[in-house]
Amino acid sequence: MNDDIILNKISGDYEWGFTTDIDMETLPKGLNEDVIKFISRKKNEPAFMLEWRLKAYKHWLTLEEPDWANIHHPPINYQDVIYYAAPKTEKKLNSLEELDPKIKETYEKLGIPLVEQQFLAGVAVDAVMDSVSVITTYREKLSDLGIIFCSISEAVKEHPELVKKYLGSVVPYSDNFFATLNSAVFSDGSFVYIPKGVRCPMELSTYFRINAANTGQFERTLIIADEGAYVSYLEGCTAPMRDENQLHAAVVELIALDNAEIKYSTVQNWYPGDKDGKGGIYNFVTKRGICGENAKISWTQVETGSAITWKYPSVILKGDNSIGEFYSVALTNNYQQADTGTKMIHIGKNTKSRIVSKGISAGFSQNSYRGLVRVGKNAVNARNFSQCDSLLMGDKCGAHTFPYFDIKNKKATVEHEATTSKIGEDIIFYCNQRGISEEDAVALIVNGYAKEVLNQLPMEFAVEAQKLLAISLEGSVG
Amino acid sequence: MLSIKNLKAKIEEKEILKGINLEVKPGEVHAIMGPNGSGKSTLASVLTGREGYEVTGGEVIYDGKNLLELSAEDRSREGIFLAFQYPIEIPGVTTTNFMKTALNEIRKSKGQPPMTAGEFLKRLKDKAALVELDPEMTKRYVNVGFSGGEKKRNEIFQMAMLEPKLGILDETDSGLDIDALRIVANGVNKLRNKDNAFIVITHYQRLLDYIVPDFVHVLYKGRIVKSGTKELALQLEDEGYDWIKEEVAS
Ligand SMILES: Nc1ncnc2c1ncn2[C@@H]1O[C@H](COP(=O)(O)OP(=O)(O)OP(=O)(O)O)[C@@H](O)[C@H]1O
Ligand SMILES: [Mg+2]
Repeated sequence: MNDDIILNKISGDYEWGFTTDIDMETLPKGLNEDVIKFISRKKNEPAFMLEWRLKAYKHWLTLEEPDWANIHHPPINYQDVIYYAAPKTEKKLNSLEELDPKIKETYEKLGIPLVEQQFLAGVAVDAVMDSVSVITTYREKLSDLGIIFCSISEAVKEHPELVKKYLGSVVPYSDNFFATLNSAVFSDGSFVYIPKGVRCPMELSTYFRINAANTGQFERTLIIADEGAYVSYLEGCTAPMRDENQLHAAVVELIALDNAEIKYSTVQNWYPGDKDGKGGIYNFVTKRGICGENAKISWTQVETGSAITWKYPSVILKGDNSIGEFYSVALTNNYQQADTGTKMIHIGKNTKSRIVSKGISAGFSQNSYRGLVRVGKNAVNARNFSQCDSLLMGDKCGAHTFPYFDIKNKKATVEHEATTSKIGEDIIFYCNQRGISEEDAVALIVNGYAKEVLNQLPMEFAVEAQKLLAISLEGSVG
Repeated sequence: MLSIKNLKAKIEEKEILKGINLEVKPGEVHAIMGPNGSGKSTLASVLTGREGYEVTGGEVIYDGKNLLELSAEDRSREGIFLAFQYPIEIPGVTTTNFMKTALNEIRKSKGQPPMTAGEFLKRLKDKAALVELDPEMTKRYVNVGFSGGEKKRNEIFQMAMLEPKLGILDETDSGLDIDALRIVANGVNKLRNKDNAFIVITHYQRLLDYIVPDFVHVLYKGRIVKSGTKELALQLEDEGYDWIKEEVAS
C-alpha cells in the first residue's frame, strides 16, 4: 500500500486527499502582466483573448475583495499564489493510451470513467488536472451530432467566433473581484456547444482536480445550448489534503437560447480542511446563466467540500416564459464556512423560478443561504417559490438565511418558506433504540432531508452524493 | 429473561437509581408505578442504553448476556423495545422508511437478508390494522405534527412492527383518549405470548384493567419498595402513595 493510501485510511474522513507525483511545469508565485502574457502564449491564444485578459487584469487592480458575505478568513495574499501549473505533456493527446499513466491512475482512484470502453456509463468526461484539461472522452461520437465538447483553451483556438461571441456575455470580465481575476488568469475549463434542435444523448461531465501545491485553480466553463437544444452537464471536484489554503476562483457561464434547456449539476467536494480548520480550499465561484424565450436553466448543487464556499449560481430570465431553478444542498462540518444561494432575475413576462435550498450544519461550522429574487417592471406574471431549510447537528454550529426581494411588478407572485430543525442526541438515541446505528441514522435523516435536491441529480451521481453526505457527517452528533 | 440485581445509576452526579432488583420471565407482564420523579423513566433509559447515565453498581443480565455492555442499537437488535414517554419527531424520514431501515438493520445483525418489499408491506398493513392506525399515517414523517395521542399510538405500532422480546412501555397511556387506550391495550395483548415479556410503566390503574399484569411494583426514590399482584394497583388508585411513603420512612 502506498503512503498516500495509508494516510488516507488513517484520516478516514477525506478519501480523495492523495497527491499524484507527476512532472509539472509551474510558474513562480505572483501575478503581473508578464504572467498573463505567459499563460496566453503557453496556450497559443489568438490576440483577442490576450487583450481581454489584460483588460480584466487592469480592472482587477482597481477592485477590492468583497466583504459582505458571512465568512471570515485571514487576508489572501494574491502574490503568494502560483497562477499556472500543468502536467508536463507538451503534445496534444489523441487517445487515452497517450495519457500519462499516473494521471490516468489518479482518475481511476477517484472513480472517474475516463476509459471510453465504459460506454455504458454514458458519461463523456473532460478531466482537468490543475490548470490543464488532460483528456476529453467521446469527442468523436459527439461531433457526429455537431456537438462540441472540448477544453476551453482548444475552443479559443478552434472556435474563436463562438468564444468571442459568448465568453463574458453572462459574466462580464468586470463582474466582481473573483470573476475578474478569473478572466485575467483562467487556465482551462470546459467548453460545450449544442447545435440547434439537438438533444445531447449523454451526460457531459468535467472532473476538476487540484494537485499541485500553492496553486490557484481558475477554470472557466462556457456552455451554449442553441435554439431548442438540450444538455445535462455534471461537474465534480476534489483536491489533496494540504495544510495551507488553496484558492479556487472559477467562472461558469450558461447560455440557453430560445426553447433550449441546460441542466447543470455539481458535486463539490474540494478538500474542506482538517478537524481543526487547518487547510482546505477557498472556493469563490461565479456561476450564471441566461435564458432566451421558453428556455430553462436548472442548477443543482451538492456542496460538501471547501473551507470556504462563496457561490451563487444564478439565472437571468430574459426571455418570456423562461424558467430558472436552483436546487442546493450545502453541508458544512468542523470549521467550514459556506455562504451560498442564488439570484433569480426576472426580466421577461411569465417567467418562473424555483429555489430549494437545504443547509446542513455540523461541528463548529457556519452555513448561510443568501438569495435574491428580482422582478423587473416588465416581468408581468412572474412567479417565484423559495424554500430554505436548515438542519443543525449539535449546538455549536450556525445556520443563517438572508433572503432579498426586489419586486418591481405588481402582477408578480413571490412565495418564501423557511424551516429550521435540529438533530440532537435525542433523535439519535430514538433511532438507536430501533436498532439503527448513529451512522445509519444520520444518513437516513440527511438523505430524507436532502431528497428533493438529490432527486434532481442523474442516478449514479445521486447515489454518490448520498454517500458523500453521510461520510462528511461521520461522528458529528453526540 | 431479564434479571436486574442491585442496579444503581446516576446522572450528572445525582444518584437516581439506588439499588433496583427485578426478575422478569418470559410470558410475564410487570407493571411499574410510582410517584413523579421516582426514577421509572431513568430505569427505562438505563436498560435501553441511553447515554448520559452512569451505572455505579449492580448488574443486568438479559438472555444470559451482560446487557450493560451492549450499545443501544445492539440492545434493540437483541429484542428490547422502548415505547417512549415523549416520542421524538424525525423530520424528513417517513415512518415507513424508518421501520424498513430498523427492521433490516435488526435482520442484518442476525445474518438475515432484508425483507422483500412485499413482505414488508404486508407486515406494515397487518400491524397498522392491529393498532387501528390509518396506514396513511405511516407515509408521514415520524411523529412530525402528530398529536400527543397519535405519537403514543405510533410507538405501539412500531413495537408491533419490530416484535420485540421485551417491550418497555413508558406511560404509553398518558395522552390517550378512552378509545385509543383500549385499542393500544388490545394491540399489546395480541402481541403477548409465552416467549415475550412487557414492563409497563404507568400512573393509572385503568390501563391495567386492559393489560392485566402478573406483578405490580412500586418504584419510590430509586428503589422498588413494594411488589404485589394487580390488587396492589387498585389499592394505590384508592389510597395514593402516602401509606407507602410512610412504610418506607419507618
Ligand atoms: N438529565 C438530568 N439531569 C438531572 N436530573 C435528571 C435528569 N434526568 C432525570 N433527572 C432526575 O431524575 C429523577 C427521576 O426522573 P425520571 O424521569 O426517571 O422520573 P419518572 O419516575 O419517570 O417520573 P414521571 O412519572 O414524572 O415520568 C427526577 O428527579 C429527574 O429530575
Ligand atoms: Mg417518566
